[in-house]
Amino acid sequence: MAAIELRDVVKTFGAVRALDGFDLEVEAGEVHGFLGPNGSGKSTAIRLLLGLLRPDSGGATLLGGDPWRDAPTLHRRLAYVPGEVNLWPNLTGGEVIDLLGRLRGGLDQRRRADLVERFGLDPTRRCGTYSKGNRQKVALVAALASDVELYLLDEPTSGLDPLMEAEFQTWVRESRPEGSTVLLSSHILAEVEALCDRVSIIRAGRRVQSGTLADLRHHTRTTVVADTSADDETTAAALRGLAGIHHLSLERGRLVMEVESHDLAGVLRHLADLGVTSLQAHPPTLEELFLHEYGEVPT
Amino acid sequence: MNVGHAPDVQRPSAAPSSDGSAGPFTGTGQLFRLAARRDRVRLPVWLIGLTAVIGASTNALVGFYDTPVKQAGYAATVENSAVSRLMGGTPYDVDTFGGILAYEITAVAGVTVALMVIFLVTRHIRGEEESGNAELVRSAVTGRHAALAATLALASVASGLAGLLVAGVLALSGVAVGPSLLFGAGLAAIGLAFTAVAAVAAQVASTARTALGGAILVMLALFIVRGIGAVEDNWLTWLAPFGWQDEIRPFGERAQGWPLLVSIGFAAVVLALAAWLAARRDFGAGLLQARAGRPTAAGWLRTPMALAFRMQRGLLLAWGVGLVVLAAVFGAVGREVRTMIDSNPEVGQVILGQIDDVVLGYLSFVTHFMGVTVATYAVVSALRLRREEESGRADAVLAGGVSRTRWALSGIVVTAGCSALMAVAVGLGVGLTHGLVSDDMARVGPLLGAALGTLPAVWTLAAVAFALHGWVPRWTALVWLPTAWAFIQAYLGDLLDFPDGISGLSPFWHLPKVPAESFEPVAFVVLTGLALALTALGVAGLRRRDLA
Ligand SMILES: Nc1ncnc2c1ncn2[C@@H]1O[C@H](COP(=O)(O)OP(=O)(O)OP(=O)(O)O)[C@@H](O)[C@H]1O
Ligand SMILES: [Mg+2]
Repeated sequence: MAAIELRDVVKTFGAVRALDGFDLEVEAGEVHGFLGPNGSGKSTAIRLLLGLLRPDSGGATLLGGDPWRDAPTLHRRLAYVPGEVNLWPNLTGGEVIDLLGRLRGGLDQRRRADLVERFGLDPTRRCGTYSKGNRQKVALVAALASDVELYLLDEPTSGLDPLMEAEFQTWVRESRPEGSTVLLSSHILAEVEALCDRVSIIRAGRRVQSGTLADLRHHTRTTVVADTSADDETTAAALRGLAGIHHLSLERGRLVMEVESHDLAGVLRHLADLGVTSLQAHPPTLEELFLHEYGEVPT
Repeated sequence: MNVGHAPDVQRPSAAPSSDGSAGPFTGTGQLFRLAARRDRVRLPVWLIGLTAVIGASTNALVGFYDTPVKQAGYAATVENSAVSRLMGGTPYDVDTFGGILAYEITAVAGVTVALMVIFLVTRHIRGEEESGNAELVRSAVTGRHAALAATLALASVASGLAGLLVAGVLALSGVAVGPSLLFGAGLAAIGLAFTAVAAVAAQVASTARTALGGAILVMLALFIVRGIGAVEDNWLTWLAPFGWQDEIRPFGERAQGWPLLVSIGFAAVVLALAAWLAARRDFGAGLLQARAGRPTAAGWLRTPMALAFRMQRGLLLAWGVGLVVLAAVFGAVGREVRTMIDSNPEVGQVILGQIDDVVLGYLSFVTHFMGVTVATYAVVSALRLRREEESGRADAVLAGGVSRTRWALSGIVVTAGCSALMAVAVGLGVGLTHGLVSDDMARVGPLLGAALGTLPAVWTLAAVAFALHGWVPRWTALVWLPTAWAFIQAYLGDLLDFPDGISGLSPFWHLPKVPAESFEPVAFVVLTGLALALTALGVAGLRRRDLA
């Protein structure tokens, strides 16, 4: 069963179409990465799932219920870390963690103590005096200490140092409740690569990609560098007109190009005839992958 | 790859001072313009509001005291009146036309100007830091004292304008220009003095809100000290900026400018203190550091209502102390009222309406006035709900399995309950002190009842805030319009004699003046019903809209 399902959701703020026919499926039990450039609609989608915003049109299902209508009952089964953490300045971090846990019906004291220690949080400080990272930790501990089915995390590690980031990753991999689902919005590609079973990429309010990282890689280009014994004119003539070749450059026998992954076999067959003396091919790095998805209009 | 040095580029410096280096005041000009721009709506609203109220009051008074006989009558009244002295200070030259006008408006004008600069200074020094707006600005090339200096400059300009406008109103009413300007200058000096007070509070307090509360408390304390000094006719008046203004005595033979210098000297010393403190304070923090708190939440902090109450505890306490002191002062003064009104029944009627027993009339006026003050507290408390939403803190509660209705009701119940508590405190404060000074405890019960009787109007104003919050959240602050109107109506309504349709915009106008008039269950029930309906409307609106 899908833990989250959004179908053709439109959400506008005046003239801004924050979500513009957006789709999202998150399977129960998976860690789902949610990526996209700034202002693409990630936080809007998550706040919509929380019933804080009402969609203009489209269908939304969350844990089998309607996120707007059934908000309070559904919220007992999920935990949320907001993208921008704002806490009550005159409550201490410890008070906020307890309060948020109790609203949801109680907190496991052992998990709470364990997380406070793992994240090195001083729970006696008032929230008004915490640094940004420490405020983030309070929200994170409050969310992770609850035993729920779904975690909606909007850039949960922004502002955390690498040690804390590592603690977070350990929690997702090893300590999170059995079978729980995580929707993880993030700009940290290494985090996404390390944790996520599947990812969805949103751009300008629309989903442009969804699948495992391997799937995504498959849909993009491989960089090919080859040295050939043939002269440059011959090489150029041989490759001209072949499908799936981009950014070809040729200089004194050295050939550099990007090839669509599904056209790779055909291109290599032609290369073989040119007398290849050396060949390197590497799949796109994650950065290349995302730059591609963030930056160009999908076809 | 070439990782050699980038060629030296001539960089334009952001704000060069004359010798090319950054002094402590570098950038003050830019910061001043920025602050003025951010206040381009707020400041004019304060100034226009002040001018309108003062203008309406003087306009109503003009025909009232146009003959020497009437002027002498006024003088005889206020010189022996404790209430007048408490609010207006030592009466000088109140047998002149200018003196009378000035004496009637001085309390409202002085307190308004003081509040205006206190809000302004706190907002620009601490509010901007807390919202993070200031950080970007401060990281640009600005001197150590630039932010403080820019804020103070803006507050001084605002005070000066307020003084000029009020002087203009007086002059237009037929008072000579010179004395009017002198009075206006005194008013501006009050603004300057409280600018300095607020600047110090902003350095010391640990949050913007406590800075604001602290400065206002100091202002009220100084106002009461001056009032007591004027009642007792002693040196206490010299302890407060309000008293220094009185000593200018602009309208008689004894007019003198030098008390202005006292204000300016006071402001200079206190500002120096503020600058000295500012250099010792961290950005975004006060000198009084928040103490370490509890590592875990108290057992009772487990519902949205407990949270709402916890967040408003400080507000409740601060207002509670302020209102009880005010109520006690009003109650204690009650005994002196008879002397005052006996000496001039005509004035008694103007201030208190057509009521036979003057003391009862006075107490009814006090109850009414204090009711409006409690309503101000209720509105502040009601606006907290909007603040919770705007800051995003409501998200955390709502994502925790709390329905919107329950979240809203938590705030609403806290506001309604705490304002009822406040009314009880006010009623007892007036009743007990009045009982003590007049040796007659029989009025305690009726006065408590009278205070409770104002609650429907208090709740109605809070409910306006809830309704606005539900449907037009960005305009929630508009609730201050009916609240300000309720004040004007309570303080000046009988004098200005508005048409009923306009007076009726204040919910308090619909309630009988208890204890002089008898309690009216119909008005009580209808207004309470209106408050409930507005609140329900607000909750309905909140349930169907996006949250910020
Ligand atoms: N309450 C609102 N009113 C008006 N516009 C809004 C509102 N909330 C979001 N937007 C707009 O909707 C778009 C999507 O914003 P959103 O916060 O969802 O982006 P995001 O993907 O979370 O970005 P980031 O990576 O920077 O967090 C933006 O253009 C934003 O300006
Ligand atoms: Mg976001």
